[in-house]
Amino acid sequence: MRIRTAGVVATLTLALAAAGCGTGGSDKPGTSQSAGPAAAGGKLVIWADDKRAAALKPFANKFGQENGVTVQVQAISKDQQTAFVTASQQGSGPDVTVGAHDWIGNLVQNGAIDPVQLTAEQKSGLAQNALKAVTFNGQVYGVPYATENLALIRNTDLAPDAPKTIEDLVATGKKLKSQKKVAEILCLQVGQNGDAYHLYPLYTSAGGYLFGTTASGDYDPKDLGVGKPESIAAFTKISKLGEKGDGALKRSITTENSIATFTARKCAYLVSGPWAITDAKKANVHYDVSAVPGFAGAKPAQPFLGVQTFYVAAKGKNKALAQEFVTNYVTTGELAVALYQAEPRPPALTAALDQVKGSDPDLEKFIDAGANAVPLPAIPEMATIWDPFGKAESAVVGGADPKTAVTAAAKTISGQIK
Amino acid sequence: MSTQVRGPARGRAPHPSPPPGPRHSERSTSATGLLVKAVMLGLTIGIAIFAAFPLIENGHWLGLTVLAATTAGLCYLYGTRRHIPAKYLVPGTLFLIVFQLFPVLYTVSTAFTNFSDGHRGDKQDAIVAIQTASVTQVPGSTQYALTVATTGDPATGPLTFLVTDLKTKVVSAGDAKGLRPLPGSRVTVNTAGRVTAASGYTLLNGAQASVRSKEITAFAVPTAGGAIRSQGLSRAYEGRAGRAYETACDCIRDNKSGKTWAADETVGAFVASDGERLAQGWKVGVGFDNFTRLLTDSDISGPFLRTLVWNLAFALLSTGGTFVLGLLCALALHSPRVSGRSWYRILLVLPYAMPSFAMLLVWRDMFNTDFGLINNLFGLDVDWFGGVASARIAVILVQLWLGYPYMFLVATGALQAIPRELTEASSIDGATPFAAFRRVTLPLLLVALTPLLISSFAFNFNNFNAVYLTTDGAPFPVDNPMNGATDLLITYTYRLAFGGSGAQYGFAAAVSVFIFIIVAVLSTISFRRTRKQEEVYS
Repeated sequence: MRIRTAGVVATLTLALAAAGCGTGGSDKPGTSQSAGPAAAGGKLVIWADDKRAAALKPFANKFGQENGVTVQVQAISKDQQTAFVTASQQGSGPDVTVGAHDWIGNLVQNGAIDPVQLTAEQKSGLAQNALKAVTFNGQVYGVPYATENLALIRNTDLAPDAPKTIEDLVATGKKLKSQKKVAEILCLQVGQNGDAYHLYPLYTSAGGYLFGTTASGDYDPKDLGVGKPESIAAFTKISKLGEKGDGALKRSITTENSIATFTARKCAYLVSGPWAITDAKKANVHYDVSAVPGFAGAKPAQPFLGVQTFYVAAKGKNKALAQEFVTNYVTTGELAVALYQAEPRPPALTAALDQVKGSDPDLEKFIDAGANAVPLPAIPEMATIWDPFGKAESAVVGGADPKTAVTAAAKTISGQIK
Repeated sequence: MSTQVRGPARGRAPHPSPPPGPRHSERSTSATGLLVKAVMLGLTIGIAIFAAFPLIENGHWLGLTVLAATTAGLCYLYGTRRHIPAKYLVPGTLFLIVFQLFPVLYTVSTAFTNFSDGHRGDKQDAIVAIQTASVTQVPGSTQYALTVATTGDPATGPLTFLVTDLKTKVVSAGDAKGLRPLPGSRVTVNTAGRVTAASGYTLLNGAQASVRSKEITAFAVPTAGGAIRSQGLSRAYEGRAGRAYETACDCIRDNKSGKTWAADETVGAFVASDGERLAQGWKVGVGFDNFTRLLTDSDISGPFLRTLVWNLAFALLSTGGTFVLGLLCALALHSPRVSGRSWYRILLVLPYAMPSFAMLLVWRDMFNTDFGLINNLFGLDVDWFGGVASARIAVILVQLWLGYPYMFLVATGALQAIPRELTEASSIDGATPFAAFRRVTLPLLLVALTPLLISSFAFNFNNFNAVYLTTDGAPFPVDNPMNGATDLLITYTYRLAFGGSGAQYGFAAAVSVFIFIIVAVLSTISFRRTRKQEEVYS
């Protein structure tokens, strides 16, 4: 018996070794095995995250039937952008991918997506700020279907009135805290290493900016706002909200616990996006949505606008069909409504928004809160901002000298911009 | 942490060779053996054929040759009765090549390139991307509804674009020669403006058109202002390429402004005379640039040394700490006087059974200043990840908790292999239990466990998860957001290579080579010392 088992193990090993060698000998180990001859009717492969993939499936099938082709929707749950770029490079990528608009710069520099040509009519059917967000170097690089921005979500039982300024908010929060009604003044995620996205409204209100703009309205990587006197002034204001100041901003409030703390009624105010609403509803919190307040007497707080987008892969096997799907099918209303139902974010298609906003008052409140939102910069240089900016934030919130922290962040960022 | 638990190497008696069995059983074994062999060889060939398709499609002829040669070699080797030693050696050698040698060589070769975001493909890819990205609609041009048609067979015939001007409803046929109007009597148009029938043309349906997708996207009908191109299968627009590659000057020229970007093969990008670089570049060899950057950039090399020191301390403390703790537990439970030993053992091994990445995240939340279990439970107000010392202690504590069950397991195994007579003999000689442990048990244990400790050290040296999932390097000095107090070389590398301006594989590979050298040197030194130790005790 023992000998026989050994024999089986040995031969299995051999087969495995041979298989390993089969791919090991090539330049690219693990290239896709799906690269057989195309099916009779052609095939369209779409990548999306789990939730969206489920919502997309019925529409993708319908599109497939109308055109006599097979459509495959694949759910990619992690590191979508990296997976897409790598797979595109190896020739095993999809024809269409769904993702955030701030991927554009990186996808373009890697030649992973193609611009799309929309008609004037199609363009006018989209929210103008969403269209602006997907425009890069004068070209439209994808079809937006939903927008998202931060807003202030407040527990109306604890704080009935929307605060006009951040100082109002802090005052109410402090009062509630002294009455032991809440444990925290404000749930705005900072975390140990900072969170530039969630801090951005306060940063802009205090006068800071990330990148200047060129004459054509694009972000200008040569004009870096971090490190400028305005940014130091902004961080000085922010430091007063920090742990050594009012204690409204704390490093102990993180991505993981900010929404949960709010829904557990331990804080009256939450700065978050449409994705937090599902949790708030589940916890039966009475809430209202308003714009993130700015500092008193300062500029209005501008959150980032993020746009969920459909892209045509430049190295897809079936580009004509992918363009047909993205530019001539996604621009119709039905799909946008279905995607809204999968996750409640305001649709970018005005017709679809009009259809759903009646039944969901939060949508319009989020749109109002994001009325002056700025599109998240899509330039590749934006990648250099997140980490150092976040570290500066966490240092300042922890009580460090704003000037030192911002100057160090600026040095790191400009060192990484080519 | 290595999951492989090996018993002590000593005291293993050679297996006696099995006694020769009756003849019929031997024959049945060989018949089954033959069958298994045939199935396995068939499987090997099958897998080889399966692997050949993508190789052929992508034109990797060298890879295909290697594949064919290897398969043929394997068939020959296991098909004959000769070359017995090779039969044992070849699988191991293949594994070594595929899983060890190939990745190492690939990493080293990547370290000499500028492989990174914006420099992933070859020059041709970059040119195609630049040209495609520059195609814009001619301002104020006509929008067309499109139907793809052919004058011949749907699968192979020459393509024609039947386009309807959406404003005037005039139908035209376009091919490589240009656009010419089609009389309304020859075509049928639906409400959306698309041609649904045209005499003399075969219309391609969605399925037929999608099979010829590449041809359709490449097809352009020349016009005065540019060319009519398809946008999907139902719409066409008049577009113009703004930038084109010119072979004569090896440069990209902008048709509107006349500006040129010349190819620079040293950086793998098109660069204009004013220094402006086009975003789409390509992969080129950069020699030792990545290595020199690592050594000369003071932002990188300064923290590198400091990180190295902490990294060594981290690896030593986590390995040594878990070993001491695990050994103490093992010793305590080794005594036959402890009742319910197996229950204690199961309890002790429990943390080891949990997936470490999930436990690391749980620990991270437990160290939270305001919401964390540790501060709440002990009534503390420690900013764990905010201070250098507390963050380092926290990281080591987590490592201790995660790692000691493993050490406990191996120490238990090794203890059981040490004959009790030895300790008994020493106690008869008048040694105290501690002296017996120190002079007899521990040296014998160490001989068996040192290789494990070394591999555990090497593992902890690069224990990415332990830091990335708990502190992510925090706390960071106010003046340097790149290098935190708990950063290991590997997490620091990750931030350098992927945290900043996109993925920089070339640079990351260079740092990996450095780390590889450090670990290799340390391991070699320790293994040499172990060998000396073994010589002393054997």
